[in-house]
Amino acid sequence: MNSNSVRLPYYPGCTLKTAASSFEISALASAEALGMELIELPRWNCCGTVFSLTDDDLIHHIAPIRNLIRVQEMNRDGILDNENRLVTLCSMCFSTLKRAELLVRENPDKLKTINDFMYLEDDYNGDVTVVHFLELLRDMGREAISEKVKRPLTGLKVAPYYGCMMLRPKEVGIDDPEEPTIQGDLLSALGAEVVYNPYMKLCCGSYQTMNEKDAVVRLVHDILSHARADGAQVVATSCPLCAFNLDKRQKEVKETYPDFEEIPVLYFTQLMALAFGLEPGFSGFDQNYVSVEPLFKDRQLIPE
Amino acid sequence: MKSEMSIMERIAEAARSVTTGVDAGSVEHWVTIYVMGKGYRVPADLTILTAMEYAGYRFVRGVGCRQGFCGACSTVYRKEGDYKLQTGMACQTRVEDGMYMEQKPFAPAAKPAYNIADETFDAAVFLRFYPEVARCVSCNTCTKSCPQDLEVMDYVQAAIKGDFESLAEGSFDCIQCGLCAIRCPAEIVQYNVAQLGRRMFGRYGHPVPEHLTGRLEEIQAGKFDEEMDQLTRTPIEQLEVLYAGREREAD
Repeated sequence: MNSNSVRLPYYPGCTLKTAASSFEISALASAEALGMELIELPRWNCCGTVFSLTDDDLIHHIAPIRNLIRVQEMNRDGILDNENRLVTLCSMCFSTLKRAELLVRENPDKLKTINDFMYLEDDYNGDVTVVHFLELLRDMGREAISEKVKRPLTGLKVAPYYGCMMLRPKEVGIDDPEEPTIQGDLLSALGAEVVYNPYMKLCCGSYQTMNEKDAVVRLVHDILSHARADGAQVVATSCPLCAFNLDKRQKEVKETYPDFEEIPVLYFTQLMALAFGLEPGFSGFDQNYVSVEPLFKDRQLIPE
Repeated sequence: MKSEMSIMERIAEAARSVTTGVDAGSVEHWVTIYVMGKGYRVPADLTILTAMEYAGYRFVRGVGCRQGFCGACSTVYRKEGDYKLQTGMACQTRVEDGMYMEQKPFAPAAKPAYNIADETFDAAVFLRFYPEVARCVSCNTCTKSCPQDLEVMDYVQAAIKGDFESLAEGSFDCIQCGLCAIRCPAEIVQYNVAQLGRRMFGRYGHPVPEHLTGRLEEIQAGKFDEEMDQLTRTPIEQLEVLYAGREREAD
């Protein structure tokens, strides 16, 4: 790590440590290539998973605010130098943390109740700003990204999929909730051909995947077959739950719709690590249900 | 007199209730404690356990080692004028004036059967046997209630992340008293989750200790048979001398 790199606090979330480790590994490697050192919070807990909409249900905001206190501690302890941007990758964690950040900023009385409850911690002072990794990449500018590209994804047709959590509600969304381009802009800087999919914001079915598998199968079928119809070879995402539904549920989609043509689903960071020429291991393609390797080998993006 | 006692007698002496035969006239400092609402004047230098015995309680359960290891004498208390509900082991916590307490010697806790040899070494094992870990809201109440000062919430979170090593290390000093589980709003049984995690870590996460494997082979090969025979024929007086003078790690 060179001394000019920017040190930023980073919140992984439980899925990036388990089922979506390829997301984390490829993101950290790509960030390093771009001169960013993402430092995992020394002690972090669950983000809260789902932002509670019940007005007086403060107990479910304890978890996200506790994580924000950890960023304060890193600054207090000299691990960070006055850096209050907390970087997230998982769209779900991003949304829950960001909404909690705004909730206590706008409601000092609620923050006081939360701080009083967590009397063993330093009070949260409201200074942390939760950001999604995609925002940092956008703010670096297209040039800074494209100059790191060693293996352009030229000709690779990628359909970005956004889902709900990074766009809505509008006050926490990282891009236009109707016509987002943030992921597509990055993919195009990597040399890929971005395919417009009108279903890029359609819900993947989220947690219904546990109890209402059929609903998820229908949604995934619609999202992916439109991407296919528009010529996409790969779908990119930023959410482990979307990725699970879009990738793993293709097994059931295929059973329900025999004509369905499978399509690989990757995290945008895997495509970035690939374009940056980082070791194939960093890109972690082996966690996918629908293998991307035949396509990448065919396009000579990875060794035969 | 003590030096003339055998080791077993000394252990028995240390574990005996110390309050029998105390002359009230020789006690200078007194406090008032409330056991399940009833007040008692007790000498101020007693633990909750010995103070209750002084007050006339006789423990047939809810007491064990009297040394802070076994986790049997969990106690919940509040001090007069303080809103905080506190916890401690009765044998390790000194009485204070105006302490309201009740004993909590047993925690009903789910403990499913599993065979670690059949399980995969990842976070899913916790969701399989203790799916309620996912209900943790990070309120930290478990940590506040831990008489061992463990970071209980952190180790529950480590389980969710599949970080077996942090879980094993963070829960190593757990005495399974059950106070965390009794207070948890998500109804997690933290200490049983931790035990599963430590077993999994011991089975799959820990490197195989080569020195132990080597020593077991030496034992199998009979390297120590002669010494062992000699030891079993040694008179008890001589064994006590050997035991007292044994080579040991610094305290």
